[in-house]
Amino acid sequence: MFKKLAVAGFVAVTFIIYSLHERSEGSRAAQKVSSTTPQHATASINTTTYKDGSYTGKSTDALYGFVQVRATITGGRLTDITMLDYPQDRDTSIAINTSALPVLKQEAIQNQTAQVDGISGATDTSKAFTESLQDALTQAKA
Amino acid sequence: MIKETRLIMGMPIVLMTPDESVTGDNIEEVFSFFVYVDKTYSPFIESSIISRIGRGEIGEPEYSGELREIMAVAKSTKQETDGYFDVWHNGNFDPSGIVKGWAIAKAAEILAKYTDNFYIEAGGDIQVGGVNEAGRPWQIGIRNPFDRHQNIKVVTLQNSAIATSGTAIRGQHIYDPVEGKTLNEVASITVIAPSIINADRMATAAFAMGTKGIYFIEQLDGYEACAVMHDKTTIATTGWQNYEVKI
Repeated sequence: MFKKLAVAGFVAVTFIIYSLHERSEGSRAAQKVSSTTPQHATASINTTTYKDGSYTGKSTDALYGFVQVRATITGGRLTDITMLDYPQDRDTSIAINTSALPVLKQEAIQNQTAQVDGISGATDTSKAFTESLQDALTQAKA
Repeated sequence: MIKETRLIMGMPIVLMTPDESVTGDNIEEVFSFFVYVDKTYSPFIESSIISRIGRGEIGEPEYSGELREIMAVAKSTKQETDGYFDVWHNGNFDPSGIVKGWAIAKAAEILAKYTDNFYIEAGGDIQVGGVNEAGRPWQIGIRNPFDRHQNIKVVTLQNSAIATSGTAIRGQHIYDPVEGKTLNEVASITVIAPSIINADRMATAAFAMGTKGIYFIEQLDGYEACAVMHDKTTIATTGWQNYEVKI
Protein backbone atom coordinates (compact mmCIF):
# COMPACT_ATOMS: atom_id res chain seq x y z
CA MET A 1 0.00 0.00 0.00
CA PHE A 2 2.79 2.39 1.00
CA LYS A 3 4.77 1.46 -2.08
CA LYS A 4 1.72 2.06 -4.22
CA LEU A 5 1.24 5.50 -2.72
CA ALA A 6 4.87 6.35 -3.24
CA VAL A 7 4.71 5.30 -6.86
CA ALA A 8 1.55 7.36 -7.34
CA GLY A 9 3.41 10.33 -5.87
CA PHE A 10 6.33 9.92 -8.24
CA VAL A 11 4.03 9.57 -11.17
CA ALA A 12 2.15 12.72 -10.19
CA VAL A 13 5.35 14.73 -9.83
CA THR A 14 6.64 13.29 -13.08
CA PHE A 15 3.49 14.31 -14.77
CA ILE A 16 3.78 17.89 -13.58
CA ILE A 17 7.28 18.08 -14.99
CA TYR A 18 6.02 16.61 -18.19
CA SER A 19 3.20 19.14 -18.45
CA LEU A 20 5.44 22.05 -17.59
CA HIS A 21 8.08 20.95 -20.01
CA GLU A 22 5.51 20.62 -22.74
CA ARG A 23 4.58 24.22 -22.17
CA SER A 24 8.12 25.50 -22.24
CA GLU A 25 8.69 25.96 -25.89
CA GLY A 26 11.90 27.54 -26.99
CA SER A 27 13.92 26.53 -23.97
CA ARG A 28 16.70 23.99 -24.08
CA ALA A 29 18.43 21.51 -21.81
CA ALA A 30 19.05 21.88 -18.09
CA GLN A 31 15.86 23.79 -17.56
CA LYS A 32 14.91 23.96 -13.94
CA VAL A 33 11.43 23.02 -12.92
CA SER A 34 10.37 23.35 -9.34
CA SER A 35 8.48 20.37 -8.11
CA THR A 36 5.11 21.18 -6.69
CA THR A 37 3.19 18.31 -5.29
CA PRO A 38 -0.53 17.95 -5.66
CA GLN A 39 -2.30 17.41 -2.35
CA HIS A 40 -3.11 13.77 -2.76
CA ALA A 41 0.56 12.93 -3.30
CA THR A 42 2.00 15.03 -0.48
CA ALA A 43 1.65 12.38 2.18
CA SER A 44 3.59 9.73 0.35
CA ILE A 45 6.43 12.03 -0.67
CA ASN A 46 6.80 13.57 2.75
CA THR A 47 6.94 10.26 4.51
CA THR A 48 9.57 8.86 2.15
CA THR A 49 13.03 9.54 3.54
CA TYR A 50 16.00 9.85 1.26
CA LYS A 51 19.62 10.73 1.80
CA ASP A 52 20.30 14.41 1.05
CA GLY A 53 22.07 15.17 -2.18
CA SER A 54 21.59 15.31 -5.94
CA TYR A 55 20.98 12.16 -7.90
CA THR A 56 21.03 11.90 -11.66
CA GLY A 57 18.70 9.35 -13.20
CA LYS A 58 19.69 7.35 -16.23
CA SER A 59 18.98 8.76 -19.65
CA THR A 60 15.80 7.07 -20.77
CA ASP A 61 14.36 6.66 -24.22
CA ALA A 62 11.08 8.57 -24.64
CA LEU A 63 9.06 8.41 -27.81
CA TYR A 64 10.53 11.60 -29.21
CA GLY A 65 13.96 11.51 -27.68
CA PHE A 66 15.90 10.93 -24.52
CA VAL A 67 14.90 12.11 -21.10
CA GLN A 68 17.12 12.51 -18.07
CA VAL A 69 16.29 14.07 -14.71
CA ARG A 70 18.23 15.03 -11.60
CA ALA A 71 16.48 14.71 -8.26
CA THR A 72 17.55 16.92 -5.36
CA ILE A 73 16.90 15.68 -1.85
CA THR A 74 16.91 18.17 1.01
CA GLY A 75 16.01 17.23 4.57
CA GLY A 76 15.20 13.72 3.40
CA ARG A 77 12.59 14.97 0.95
CA LEU A 78 12.46 15.29 -2.79
CA THR A 79 12.63 19.07 -3.21
CA ASP A 80 13.69 19.67 -6.78
CA ILE A 81 13.75 17.97 -10.12
CA THR A 82 15.92 19.31 -12.90
CA MET A 83 15.43 18.24 -16.47
CA LEU A 84 18.91 17.57 -17.82
CA ASP A 85 17.87 16.27 -21.15
CA TYR A 86 14.60 16.19 -22.99
CA PRO A 87 13.47 15.88 -26.58
CA GLN A 88 14.84 18.64 -28.73
CA ASP A 89 11.98 18.79 -31.12
CA ARG A 90 10.05 20.84 -28.58
CA ASP A 91 12.35 23.69 -29.47
CA THR A 92 10.71 24.22 -32.79
CA SER A 93 7.40 25.95 -32.92
CA ILE A 94 4.66 24.97 -35.27
CA ALA A 95 3.00 27.70 -37.26
CA ILE A 96 -0.71 27.07 -37.54
CA ASN A 97 -3.01 29.78 -38.77
CA THR A 98 -5.90 28.97 -36.45
CA SER A 99 -7.80 32.06 -37.57
CA ALA A 100 -8.30 30.31 -40.90
CA LEU A 101 -9.79 27.30 -39.14
CA PRO A 102 -13.18 26.80 -37.52
CA VAL A 103 -13.40 26.88 -33.73
CA LEU A 104 -13.60 23.24 -32.76
CA LYS A 105 -16.34 22.19 -30.40
CA GLN A 106 -15.40 21.03 -26.92
CA GLU A 107 -17.59 18.57 -25.05
CA ALA A 108 -17.47 16.57 -21.84
CA ILE A 109 -16.24 13.01 -22.13
CA GLN A 110 -18.76 10.27 -21.72
CA ASN A 111 -18.13 6.56 -21.36
CA GLN A 112 -19.64 4.41 -24.10
CA THR A 113 -21.05 0.94 -23.64
CA ALA A 114 -21.25 -0.11 -27.28
CA GLN A 115 -19.65 -3.40 -28.29
CA VAL A 116 -16.36 -2.84 -30.11
CA ASP A 117 -14.01 -5.01 -32.15
CA GLY A 118 -10.88 -3.28 -30.90
CA ILE A 119 -9.62 -0.33 -28.90
CA SER A 120 -7.22 2.45 -29.80
CA GLY A 121 -5.22 3.87 -26.93
CA ALA A 122 -1.87 5.37 -26.13
CA THR A 123 1.21 3.57 -25.06
CA ASP A 124 2.69 5.40 -22.11
CA THR A 125 4.95 8.11 -23.50
CA SER A 126 5.77 9.49 -20.08
CA LYS A 127 7.25 6.16 -19.06
CA ALA A 128 10.70 7.56 -19.76
CA PHE A 129 10.25 10.38 -17.26
CA THR A 130 9.06 7.99 -14.59
CA GLU A 131 11.93 5.61 -15.28
CA SER A 132 14.63 8.24 -15.08
CA LEU A 133 13.13 9.75 -11.92
CA GLN A 134 12.71 6.38 -10.28
CA ASP A 135 16.30 5.56 -11.08
CA ALA A 136 17.45 8.79 -9.42
CA LEU A 137 15.31 8.08 -6.35
CA THR A 138 16.57 4.53 -6.07
CA GLN A 139 20.08 5.96 -5.82
CA ALA A 140 18.86 8.39 -3.15
CA LYS A 141 17.63 5.52 -1.02
CA ALA A 142 20.88 3.59 -1.19
CA MET B 1 -13.68 -15.63 -36.52
CA ILE B 2 -9.92 -15.92 -36.11
CA LYS B 3 -8.27 -13.84 -33.39
CA GLU B 4 -4.72 -14.14 -32.14
CA THR B 5 -2.57 -11.93 -29.91
CA ARG B 6 1.18 -12.11 -29.32
CA LEU B 7 3.63 -9.96 -27.47
CA ILE B 8 6.23 -8.68 -29.95
CA MET B 9 8.24 -5.44 -30.01
CA GLY B 10 7.26 -5.01 -26.37
CA MET B 11 3.58 -4.61 -27.17
CA PRO B 12 0.54 -6.76 -27.90
CA ILE B 13 0.08 -7.48 -31.61
CA VAL B 14 -3.50 -8.50 -32.46
CA LEU B 15 -4.67 -10.13 -35.69
CA MET B 16 -8.36 -10.69 -36.47
CA THR B 17 -10.28 -11.85 -39.49
CA PRO B 18 -13.81 -13.16 -39.92
CA ASP B 19 -12.63 -15.30 -42.86
CA GLU B 20 -12.09 -18.85 -41.65
CA SER B 21 -10.29 -19.61 -44.93
CA VAL B 22 -7.24 -17.79 -43.60
CA THR B 23 -4.85 -20.53 -42.46
CA GLY B 24 -2.61 -20.85 -39.44
CA ASP B 25 0.34 -20.52 -41.82
CA ASN B 26 -1.01 -17.20 -43.10
CA ILE B 27 -1.30 -15.88 -39.55
CA GLU B 28 2.17 -17.18 -38.78
CA GLU B 29 3.58 -15.33 -41.78
CA VAL B 30 2.28 -12.03 -40.37
CA PHE B 31 3.58 -12.63 -36.85
CA SER B 32 6.95 -13.73 -38.25
CA PHE B 33 7.18 -10.41 -40.03
CA PHE B 34 6.72 -8.51 -36.75
CA VAL B 35 9.44 -10.67 -35.16
CA TYR B 36 11.74 -9.81 -38.06
CA VAL B 37 10.99 -6.09 -37.67
CA ASP B 38 11.74 -6.25 -33.96
CA LYS B 39 15.10 -7.97 -34.52
CA THR B 40 16.10 -5.68 -37.35
CA TYR B 41 14.90 -2.28 -36.18
CA SER B 42 14.70 -2.32 -32.41
CA PRO B 43 16.78 0.46 -30.82
CA PHE B 44 17.02 -1.77 -27.75
CA ILE B 45 18.87 -4.60 -29.50
CA GLU B 46 22.59 -3.85 -29.81
CA SER B 47 23.07 -5.79 -33.02
CA SER B 48 20.07 -4.20 -34.81
CA ILE B 49 20.58 -1.99 -37.84
CA ILE B 50 19.19 0.93 -35.84
CA SER B 51 21.73 0.51 -33.04
CA ARG B 52 24.53 0.21 -35.61
CA ILE B 53 23.45 3.38 -37.42
CA GLY B 54 23.29 5.13 -34.04
CA ARG B 55 26.90 4.14 -33.38
CA GLY B 56 27.94 5.33 -36.84
CA GLU B 57 28.79 1.84 -38.05
CA ILE B 58 26.50 1.99 -41.08
CA GLY B 59 26.29 4.95 -43.43
CA GLU B 60 23.54 5.91 -45.85
CA PRO B 61 25.13 4.20 -48.89
CA GLU B 62 24.77 0.87 -47.07
CA TYR B 63 21.07 1.30 -46.23
CA SER B 64 18.80 -1.47 -47.52
CA GLY B 65 15.87 -0.62 -49.78
CA GLU B 66 13.55 -1.21 -46.86
CA LEU B 67 15.48 1.13 -44.61
CA ARG B 68 15.52 3.79 -47.31
CA GLU B 69 11.73 3.49 -47.42
CA ILE B 70 11.49 4.04 -43.64
CA MET B 71 13.98 6.90 -43.72
CA ALA B 72 12.09 8.61 -46.55
CA VAL B 73 8.90 8.56 -44.45
CA ALA B 74 10.84 9.88 -41.44
CA LYS B 75 12.34 12.69 -43.49
CA SER B 76 9.06 13.86 -44.97
CA THR B 77 7.34 13.61 -41.58
CA LYS B 78 9.95 15.90 -40.07
CA GLN B 79 9.25 18.46 -42.80
CA GLU B 80 5.46 18.12 -42.63
CA THR B 81 5.44 18.59 -38.87
CA ASP B 82 7.95 21.45 -38.68
CA GLY B 83 10.41 19.25 -36.84
CA TYR B 84 7.96 17.98 -34.23
CA PHE B 85 8.78 14.51 -35.41
CA ASP B 86 12.47 13.70 -35.70
CA VAL B 87 14.23 10.35 -35.64
CA TRP B 88 17.48 11.95 -34.45
CA HIS B 89 17.64 13.39 -30.94
CA ASN B 90 20.84 14.68 -29.33
CA GLY B 91 22.86 12.40 -31.59
CA ASN B 92 20.69 9.38 -30.81
CA PHE B 93 18.98 7.61 -33.67
CA ASP B 94 15.53 6.16 -33.03
CA PRO B 95 13.07 5.72 -35.89
CA SER B 96 10.69 3.52 -33.85
CA GLY B 97 7.97 6.17 -34.21
CA ILE B 98 7.93 5.40 -37.92
CA VAL B 99 8.78 1.71 -37.75
CA LYS B 100 5.63 0.78 -35.80
CA GLY B 101 3.25 2.25 -38.38
CA TRP B 102 5.35 0.96 -41.24
CA ALA B 103 5.34 -2.55 -39.76
CA ILE B 104 1.55 -2.56 -39.35
CA ALA B 105 1.14 -1.36 -42.95
CA LYS B 106 3.43 -4.10 -44.28
CA ALA B 107 1.66 -6.71 -42.15
CA ALA B 108 -1.66 -5.52 -43.59
CA GLU B 109 -0.24 -6.05 -47.10
CA ILE B 110 0.68 -9.63 -46.16
CA LEU B 111 -2.75 -10.37 -44.71
CA ALA B 112 -4.48 -8.70 -47.66
CA LYS B 113 -3.05 -11.45 -49.89
CA TYR B 114 -5.38 -13.87 -48.09
CA THR B 115 -8.42 -11.82 -47.15
CA ASP B 116 -10.04 -8.43 -47.63
CA ASN B 117 -11.38 -8.45 -44.09
CA PHE B 118 -8.90 -7.99 -41.30
CA TYR B 119 -7.88 -6.09 -38.18
CA ILE B 120 -4.22 -5.59 -37.28
CA GLU B 121 -3.23 -3.85 -34.09
CA ALA B 122 0.13 -3.09 -32.53
CA GLY B 123 -0.13 -1.47 -29.12
CA GLY B 124 -3.35 0.45 -29.74
CA ASP B 125 -2.57 1.48 -33.33
CA ILE B 126 -4.88 -0.23 -35.80
CA GLN B 127 -5.26 -0.83 -39.54
CA VAL B 128 -8.47 -2.48 -40.73
CA GLY B 129 -9.63 -3.90 -44.04
CA GLY B 130 -13.19 -4.65 -45.13
CA VAL B 131 -15.69 -5.76 -42.54
CA ASN B 132 -15.96 -7.53 -39.18
CA GLU B 133 -17.62 -10.83 -38.28
CA ALA B 134 -21.07 -9.25 -38.48
CA GLY B 135 -20.33 -8.07 -42.02
CA ARG B 136 -20.24 -4.47 -40.86
CA PRO B 137 -17.41 -1.90 -40.69
CA TRP B 138 -15.02 -2.48 -37.80
CA GLN B 139 -16.14 -0.78 -34.59
CA ILE B 140 -13.24 0.77 -32.72
CA GLY B 141 -13.40 2.22 -29.22
CA ILE B 142 -11.27 5.16 -28.13
CA ARG B 143 -9.82 4.40 -24.72
CA ASN B 144 -10.55 6.78 -21.86
CA PRO B 145 -7.07 8.02 -20.86
CA PHE B 146 -8.33 8.46 -17.29
CA ASP B 147 -9.83 4.99 -17.00
CA ARG B 148 -8.37 2.36 -19.28
CA HIS B 149 -11.38 0.06 -18.86
CA GLN B 150 -13.69 2.57 -20.51
CA ASN B 151 -14.14 3.84 -24.05
CA ILE B 152 -15.22 7.42 -24.55
CA LYS B 153 -15.93 7.27 -28.28
CA VAL B 154 -16.76 4.59 -30.80
CA VAL B 155 -15.92 4.97 -34.48
CA THR B 156 -16.51 2.75 -37.48
CA LEU B 157 -13.67 2.15 -39.92
CA GLN B 158 -13.40 0.41 -43.25
CA ASN B 159 -10.05 0.18 -45.05
CA SER B 160 -8.53 2.86 -42.87
CA ALA B 161 -6.40 3.29 -39.79
CA ILE B 162 -6.47 4.80 -36.33
CA ALA B 163 -3.65 5.64 -33.91
CA THR B 164 -3.54 7.25 -30.48
CA SER B 165 -0.70 9.10 -28.82
CA GLY B 166 -0.70 10.31 -25.24
CA THR B 167 0.11 9.50 -21.69
CA ALA B 168 -1.45 6.65 -19.80
CA ILE B 169 -1.18 8.57 -16.57
CA ARG B 170 -4.35 9.16 -14.61
CA GLY B 171 -5.78 12.59 -15.08
CA GLN B 172 -5.13 14.97 -12.24
CA HIS B 173 -5.83 18.61 -11.78
CA ILE B 174 -2.36 19.79 -12.57
CA TYR B 175 -1.59 23.11 -11.00
CA ASP B 176 0.86 25.42 -12.74
CA PRO B 177 2.69 27.48 -10.08
CA VAL B 178 4.05 29.87 -12.71
CA GLU B 179 0.77 30.79 -14.31
CA GLY B 180 -1.18 30.20 -11.12
CA LYS B 181 -3.90 28.15 -12.74
CA THR B 182 -4.93 24.63 -13.54
CA LEU B 183 -3.42 23.36 -16.75
CA ASN B 184 -5.62 22.14 -19.52
CA GLU B 185 -3.26 19.92 -21.39
CA VAL B 186 -3.87 17.15 -23.88
CA ALA B 187 -4.12 13.69 -22.33
CA SER B 188 -4.34 11.86 -25.64
CA ILE B 189 -5.01 12.45 -29.30
CA THR B 190 -6.45 9.89 -31.69
CA VAL B 191 -5.96 10.27 -35.45
CA ILE B 192 -7.87 8.56 -38.28
CA ALA B 193 -6.18 8.36 -41.70
CA PRO B 194 -6.39 6.11 -44.76
CA SER B 195 -3.11 4.40 -43.82
CA ILE B 196 -1.61 3.47 -40.47
CA ILE B 197 1.77 5.02 -41.31
CA ASN B 198 0.03 8.37 -41.64
CA ALA B 199 -2.24 7.95 -38.64
CA ASP B 200 0.65 6.88 -36.43
CA ARG B 201 3.21 9.53 -37.35
CA MET B 202 0.67 12.37 -37.28
CA ALA B 203 -0.75 11.27 -33.92
CA THR B 204 2.76 11.33 -32.50
CA ALA B 205 3.52 14.76 -33.92
CA ALA B 206 0.12 16.21 -32.95
CA PHE B 207 0.51 15.04 -29.35
CA ALA B 208 3.95 16.66 -29.17
CA MET B 209 2.35 19.93 -30.28
CA GLY B 210 0.13 20.07 -27.21
CA THR B 211 -3.07 22.08 -27.56
CA LYS B 212 -2.14 23.09 -31.12
CA GLY B 213 -2.17 19.46 -32.23
CA ILE B 214 -5.88 19.20 -32.96
CA TYR B 215 -5.70 22.31 -35.18
CA PHE B 216 -2.68 20.87 -36.94
CA ILE B 217 -4.78 17.82 -37.88
CA GLU B 218 -7.79 20.00 -38.78
CA GLN B 219 -5.77 21.68 -41.50
CA LEU B 220 -4.57 18.36 -43.02
CA ASP B 221 -6.67 16.86 -45.81
CA GLY B 222 -7.77 13.27 -45.28
CA TYR B 223 -7.11 13.25 -41.55
CA GLU B 224 -9.50 13.50 -38.61
CA ALA B 225 -8.71 13.55 -34.92
CA CYS B 226 -10.16 13.71 -31.44
CA ALA B 227 -8.15 15.10 -28.53
CA VAL B 228 -8.95 14.29 -24.91
CA MET B 229 -8.03 17.11 -22.53
CA HIS B 230 -7.06 16.86 -18.89
CA ASP B 231 -10.22 18.70 -17.84
CA LYS B 232 -12.10 15.66 -19.16
CA THR B 233 -13.41 17.24 -22.31
CA THR B 234 -12.82 16.24 -25.91
CA ILE B 235 -12.15 18.37 -28.98
CA ALA B 236 -12.66 16.79 -32.39
CA THR B 237 -11.93 17.94 -35.93
CA THR B 238 -14.92 18.86 -38.07
CA GLY B 239 -14.97 15.58 -40.05
CA TRP B 240 -14.58 13.31 -37.03
CA GLN B 241 -18.36 13.00 -36.63
CA ASN B 242 -18.52 11.15 -39.95
CA TYR B 243 -16.78 8.22 -38.25
CA GLU B 244 -18.38 8.45 -34.85
CA VAL B 245 -21.13 6.09 -33.74
CA LYS B 246 -23.63 8.09 -31.74
CA ILE B 247 -25.49 6.05 -29.19
